Amino acid sequence: MYTFSNRLKIASFILMAVGAIGIAIGFLSAPATVAEAKEMVAAHGGGHGESHELATTDHGEQSHASESAHDTPEHHAPKGEHADLSAHGTETSHASDDQHSSEHDEHLLHQLQNKPWAALYVAAFFFFMIALGVLAFYAIQRAAQAGWSPLLFRVMEGITAYLVPGGIIVFLILVASVAHMNHLFVWMDPEVVAHDTIIQGKAGYLNGPFFLVRATIFLGGWIAYRWYSRKLSLAQDTADDNTNFVKNFRLSAAFLVFYLVTESMMSWDWIMSIDPHWFSTLFGWYIFASMFVSGITVIALVTIYLKSKGLLEQVNDSHIHDLAKFMFGISIFWTYLWFSQFMLIWYSNIPEEVTYYVTRIQDYNLPFFGMLAMNFIFPLLLLMNSDYKRVNWFVVMAGIVILAGHYLDIFNAIMPSAVGDQWFIGLPEISAILFFAGLFIFTVFTALTKAPITPKRNPFIEESKHFHY
Amino acid sequence: MANKVIQALYNDDDILMLAVKKVKAAKYHIEEVYCPFPVHGLDKAMGLAPTRIAITAFMYGLVGLAVAITMMNYIMIEDWPQDIGGKPSFSYLENMPAFVPIMFELTVFFAAHLMVITFYMRSKLWPFKQAENPDVRTTDDLFLMEIEIHDNEAALQELLADTGAVEIKVSQK
Repeated sequence: MYTFSNRLKIASFILMAVGAIGIAIGFLSAPATVAEAKEMVAAHGGGHGESHELATTDHGEQSHASESAHDTPEHHAPKGEHADLSAHGTETSHASDDQHSSEHDEHLLHQLQNKPWAALYVAAFFFFMIALGVLAFYAIQRAAQAGWSPLLFRVMEGITAYLVPGGIIVFLILVASVAHMNHLFVWMDPEVVAHDTIIQGKAGYLNGPFFLVRATIFLGGWIAYRWYSRKLSLAQDTADDNTNFVKNFRLSAAFLVFYLVTESMMSWDWIMSIDPHWFSTLFGWYIFASMFVSGITVIALVTIYLKSKGLLEQVNDSHIHDLAKFMFGISIFWTYLWFSQFMLIWYSNIPEEVTYYVTRIQDYNLPFFGMLAMNFIFPLLLLMNSDYKRVNWFVVMAGIVILAGHYLDIFNAIMPSAVGDQWFIGLPEISAILFFAGLFIFTVFTALTKAPITPKRNPFIEESKHFHY
Repeated sequence: MANKVIQALYNDDDILMLAVKKVKAAKYHIEEVYCPFPVHGLDKAMGLAPTRIAITAFMYGLVGLAVAITMMNYIMIEDWPQDIGGKPSFSYLENMPAFVPIMFELTVFFAAHLMVITFYMRSKLWPFKQAENPDVRTTDDLFLMEIEIHDNEAALQELLADTGAVEIKVSQK
C-alpha cells in the first residue's frame, strides 16, 4: 500500500492555495469598463502586436471578413518573428471612424475580461485532458489484453481519479459561459448571433442547452466507465476466477468506441467552437494526440516517482522503456496531425480557414513555434536513442518539456479566439496551472492510497512482472 | 584453413537458449548459431556486441534530409522559381511546408535502403552468393550451434550432449 507522504500533501495544498490566490487576483484585476481596459493596454504597451483586428470571428461583420482577406499569409509566412508589423499599421487605420473605434474598444474590454477566464479554462482543460488521455490509454491496454502493462494499472487508475473533480470544474466553467458570466464562446452571445448568419446556420448544434447536454453525456460516460472499470479491477484482486477481468475487457472495448466519438465531439464543442467560423475535420484527432501523449507522460512520471519511493519494485527498465517509446511515438503522431492540419490550410490559403494560422503566427509567434520545438524536435532528439529511454532522469526531463509543450498547445488553441493579442503567460495563467497541478497531485495520490499498488489476480500479472525487452 | 568445428543441433529454441548459456558459462567461444527464425535474446546470450546499425540509420537519414533540401531548393527555388500555393515568396524557408513531405520521405527512403545495404555488406551477402548454411535443416525446424575445436573435442562432445542436443557432428571447415 502506498501512503501519501506529508511533504507531497503539503506541497499540493500550497500549490492550490497559491494558485487560488493568483486566480482571484487575476479576476479582481480584470477591467470593468472600457476606460480601464484602454488604460491597461496603454500601460502595457499594447499587447503583442499593434493589430487589434485579429480577423477573429467575434463580430461577424463584412468589414472583418475583408480585413481577414488582407491577412493572407504571403506577408506572414513562418518567419520566426513579427516581421510584418508595418503591414498591420494599415489595418489599424481602418478603425478611423468613430463607430468602429468604440466597437473596437468594447472588443478589447471583452478580451481583457476573458483573460482570467481563459487562463482558468486552459489550465482546467489541460489537467482534465491528462486524466482523459490516461483513461484512453488504460482502456486500450484492457481491450488489447496487453501483457506488459498490468503492473501499471493502479497508477493509471489513480490518475484517472482526477476525471471527477477535473471534469466537474471544466463543466462549471462551461456552465458559467452559457450563463454569460464570461465571453469565452462568442456563439453564446445572442447579440453576436443576431448579426452573424454563419453562426445562425449552426444554431441547431451550437446552442447553450444542447451544448451542456452533450457535455453531461461526455463526462457522464467517461466517469461511469472509469468508476465501473475500477470496481471490476479491484474485485479481480480477491476473485476466484477471471470473470471480472473478462467483463472489464468487454467494457473497455465498448468504451473505446464511445470514447472516440465523444472525444472528437468534445474537442469541437469545448475548443473548436471558441472560434465558431473556423473548422477542421481532424481537430478531434489532433486534440486526442495531445491528450494521449500528455497522459502517457504523466503515467511515466508518476511511475518513476513511485519507484523512487521504493514502491512498484517489479516495474523494471523495460516498462519505462515502453512508456518512453509511447512518449516518443505519440509525439511524432501529434506532429503528423498538427502538420497535416497546418499544411492543407497553409497551401490552399482560403481566407476563412487561413485566418486561424495567421492569427497564431502573427500574435502568438513564440508560443506557436516554441510549442512545435517542445512537442516535436525536443522529444525526437532526446528520446530517439534506445538507451536514453531507460534512463529515468532523461524520461523525466523529456516528460516535463512535453507537458509544458502540450499546455502551450491548448493555450494556442484557446487563447487567440478568447483574448486575441492580449495574451500573456502571467499571474492568472501560472496561478491556474499551479492550482490545478495541486489539485491533480492531491487527487491522484489520494486515489493511489486507496488500493494495493500492485494488482494481485490479474491473469497477465506474471507476464508483466517478467516483462523484458 | 582446415579448422575443425563441432556442430550441435537442437529442436527447440528454449533448449537452444539454455545450451548457449551453458556453453558460455563453460567459457567456450560460440562461432555461430543458425536458426530458422530469429530467437529473442539470443544475441545477448551469445555475448554479441550491440548492433550499431541504428547509428548508421540516423546518419543515412540526415543524408536523405540534406539531399531533399538541396534538391528541392535547386529545383523549385533556384533553377526554375515556382509560385507555390499562390505565395510567390521564392524563399525555401517560407515555402517549407510544401517540401516537408518530400523531406520526410527522402529521410525515410535513405535511412531504410542504405541501412539494408549496410546490413548486407556487413553480413557479407551479395546476389548469387552461395549459402554458408552448414545444414539445410536449419532452414526448416532445427537450430545449430557451431563451436571451433582446439584439441578439446571430447570435452565439447560431452558438454553438448549434456545440453540436450539432438545430434552432434564434427566437420572440417
